[in-house]
Amino acid sequence: MTTMPTAADLLPLLPELVLVGGAFALLMLDLFLDDSRRIVTHLLAIGLLLVTAWLAATGIGGHGSVLGGMFVRDDMADVLKAGACLLTALALVYAWPFLRQRGLYTGEVAVLMLFAVAGMMLLISAGNLVMVYLGLEMLALCSYALVAIDRDSPLASEAAIKYFVLGSLSSGLLLYGLSLLYGATGTLDLALLRSAIAASPETTLLLTGTVFAVAGIAFKFGAAPFHMWVPDTYQGAPTPITLFIGSAPELASFALAFRLLEGGVGPLDDRWRLLIAGLAVASLAIGNLIALVQGNLKRMLAYSAVSHIGFVFLGFAGGSATGYAAAMFYVISYAIMSAAAFGAIIVLSNQGFEADRIDDFKGLNARSPWLAALVLCIMFSLAGIPPFLGFWAKLAVLRAAIEGGMLWLAIVGIVFAVVGAFYYLRVVKVMYFDDPVGELEPRNDRPLQVAFGVNALALLVLGIFWNPLMTWCQQAFAG
Amino acid sequence: MPLDSLPLDSVHGAFPLLSLLVWLPMLGGVLCLLAGNNRPQLARWIALGTALLTLVLSIPLLTGFDFTTAGMQFVEQRAWIPAYDIRYHLGVDGISVPLIALTTLTTVLVLIGAWSVIEKRASQYVASFLILEGLMIGIFVALDAMLFYVFFEAMLIPMFIIIGVWGGPRRVYASLKFFLYTFLGSVFMLVGLIYLYLKGGSWQLADMYALPLTMHEQTWLFFAFLISFAVKVPMFPVHTWLPDAHVEAPTGGSVILAAIMLKIGGYGFLRFSLPILPDAGQQWAWLIIALSLIAIIYVALVALVQDDMKKLIAYSSVAHMGFVTLGTFIAFGLVRDFGNTDAARLGLQGAMVQMVSHGFISGAMFSCVGVLYDRMHTRMIRDYGGVVNVMPWFAAFWVLFAMANSGLPGTSGFVGEFMVILATFQRHPLLAFAAATTLITGASYTLWLTKRVIWGDIGNAHVAEMTDINAREWIVLGTFAAGVLLIGLWPKPLTDMMEPSIAHLASQLAATKL
Repeated sequence: MTTMPTAADLLPLLPELVLVGGAFALLMLDLFLDDSRRIVTHLLAIGLLLVTAWLAATGIGGHGSVLGGMFVRDDMADVLKAGACLLTALALVYAWPFLRQRGLYTGEVAVLMLFAVAGMMLLISAGNLVMVYLGLEMLALCSYALVAIDRDSPLASEAAIKYFVLGSLSSGLLLYGLSLLYGATGTLDLALLRSAIAASPETTLLLTGTVFAVAGIAFKFGAAPFHMWVPDTYQGAPTPITLFIGSAPELASFALAFRLLEGGVGPLDDRWRLLIAGLAVASLAIGNLIALVQGNLKRMLAYSAVSHIGFVFLGFAGGSATGYAAAMFYVISYAIMSAAAFGAIIVLSNQGFEADRIDDFKGLNARSPWLAALVLCIMFSLAGIPPFLGFWAKLAVLRAAIEGGMLWLAIVGIVFAVVGAFYYLRVVKVMYFDDPVGELEPRNDRPLQVAFGVNALALLVLGIFWNPLMTWCQQAFAG
Repeated sequence: MPLDSLPLDSVHGAFPLLSLLVWLPMLGGVLCLLAGNNRPQLARWIALGTALLTLVLSIPLLTGFDFTTAGMQFVEQRAWIPAYDIRYHLGVDGISVPLIALTTLTTVLVLIGAWSVIEKRASQYVASFLILEGLMIGIFVALDAMLFYVFFEAMLIPMFIIIGVWGGPRRVYASLKFFLYTFLGSVFMLVGLIYLYLKGGSWQLADMYALPLTMHEQTWLFFAFLISFAVKVPMFPVHTWLPDAHVEAPTGGSVILAAIMLKIGGYGFLRFSLPILPDAGQQWAWLIIALSLIAIIYVALVALVQDDMKKLIAYSSVAHMGFVTLGTFIAFGLVRDFGNTDAARLGLQGAMVQMVSHGFISGAMFSCVGVLYDRMHTRMIRDYGGVVNVMPWFAAFWVLFAMANSGLPGTSGFVGEFMVILATFQRHPLLAFAAATTLITGASYTLWLTKRVIWGDIGNAHVAEMTDINAREWIVLGTFAAGVLLIGLWPKPLTDMMEPSIAHLASQLAATKL
């Protein structure tokens, strides 16, 4: 396939082309803008993301497998790409006041986010092992740089180095696994890989490759026992960056897992499904138990992220179209909840005040009942209490696990859900039951307040009207 | 035996009365929140208005109720989440209507009772109760299992806030214990419901009633549901959250908790465990009966040694709820082993009447303690004595409710207990004897409490300064008293309303699903 790609070949890539082209243009434009005009870059970046999301969601350019099978655009890809773009746009809205106040919002922040999204989109549409690695690395390198954006903070630099070193290590593990899969089957194309594995007997080479691939996936997700980067990175990075890496890349990780596991080594599923179930139990246990003792809210949310990934894996372990739809629904729900949770920290933070300790929320109900009510929605949604969105996500993955014959896994899940409820309740407790300590003036930034309000209320509204989102997810796997 | 699965005709409501009953209080609650903490009086009036309107709306439920059919009435059904086939399916029968009426009435009384007592963040206080009322009514009207579960769990949120914000010194401990304990119980029910959905393909209760299940499945599901409802009732030994929650909650919270939220456990048994799992219920009825008798006898003895008034009444609640579970599960043995359907119906009806009656009595007793607490700011029995000398009207109400709590004939407390004891006697006289000891223990702790608090010489100078009940408190206590006497003297309308549904339930118990 060494011929030049034709227009028909490139049409499905329309969203990616628009995004990357726009990102380059923005990079150039930003060079000519001084700091007072940075808002232009910011707004153009958001606009570009919204346009890309629209292009992805409406399916303009058509579906299909192009560029010699390297790029696959299907329903699942469209949903995830639209979600990733929207979440990143939201992250930018949150980032503006926070980073501006600290003088950190350089043009590179917006552009790095755009390129990270481009990496996510390539990963989501990967049809080839090399494409998987390419998208993953593009996303990862941009993320490392974003975490390190606060050069003067030792905490952020430490977080960035840990993320970089551990990320590179896991990328190496993943690449090693992919190379073993190539060695066993002789093809890099995921579809051909699948049919080759289906036709041939199970070999140790294949299984070893699968295990290493799962390790790489688990790292990207932040599942235990590959979760060590999550607490330090989440705590050390500037909060809007944490918000970004805690939301949009989770969608890309889902796509990575789906493309590689179901799409690539699908026929070996009776092997890796049990492996995923084991990772789920480890994540649920470690995430929930360690989050109980955290005093730093960002660190607590990091460990809670690990536990939520455990629930996502419940959907994977269940398998079948229902399981994947449930897992995707959970990932999207979690991304929205996570963005809202970190958004709460951003709304409360101010000059020289990070608002990342749980005690910083003390007595918020007395100071600002509206904000406290929104954070209450977020916390109960994360805990999985109806009528919020988080409950329905848990229902979906529990149903998938039981349907897939893993009742024991569902019971482990619900027990740890109750354990986990405690640390979310603790946040509600300090807001409502404790008296305020010190000054707690939330930011006066209007777009930020509106974005946060919409984000948090979405958890309630989507909790009542979650049918469209679930139908979207189910249709993605209906084929 | 063939399964009695005659599909009952549902009576569809032309007017969405049930939806109004569920959503109107919640809307009122949101309006109160919007009124804000700066305008407490406005919020209070909005709340009272909404609660009264909801009470008025529940009257058509009683008057428009068809006393001859066991089918669901005022039914509303529409698709909600087609992706998972969860439907917005509401309906009531003879079992739910009395509980809904109890809910609407109690909420009005709680709001009146808290009128000038709660000053801190009053708008949020009244809003929490309104939202809680909407959710509780939702539990009683839901005919889709997942819709039921949503209301069942969501109810924990406002109660958690109520106990934690306006409660006593150990309120944080009590509210967290309440939430996590109840949450742990109900997640097992969630797994059970998912299993039933996957097996039967539907979340609708009617379909679950008709679904055949093996004994193995029934047993697991029975225990999954049991954990959930046993914590709610609460049954021994998972009752330990209740004393803490009741003691630390504000008066209104205690009243709602005792009057309504405990009944949700009993309702759950009648709606879920009995009809869906009749064979497992038959096999494990002995366990529930044993636990009920332990609650009736042992927990009553625990109540005897309490020195905190609210804790005493809390333990008394556990003991009285023992009659509810006893009456419910004694029906199995009566129907299956003796073929005595009349006695089974008597037992089930006794359980239902006990639920309604206990709602009034415990609501009244907690309100009485609230009246004392508002004046003295202590709940310890030793701080009182000779209250009758300064508050004669209050003492009159207190003695009435104390007599009702002891099960005096003429009050509602007697009716339910007597029916359950009668039914139990026909199963085995010794069991009835054990249950009847409540007439001794119930009287002992209640009357001893009355003696120490109400009778005798004035205990101390603080007691001497107390004023008798004002108009607001008159309304609250008077309404409770009217309910207690009405059901005690003339329970027929209540039992007539329940009769067809209870008869149908008894026939569901008799049929086997194996």
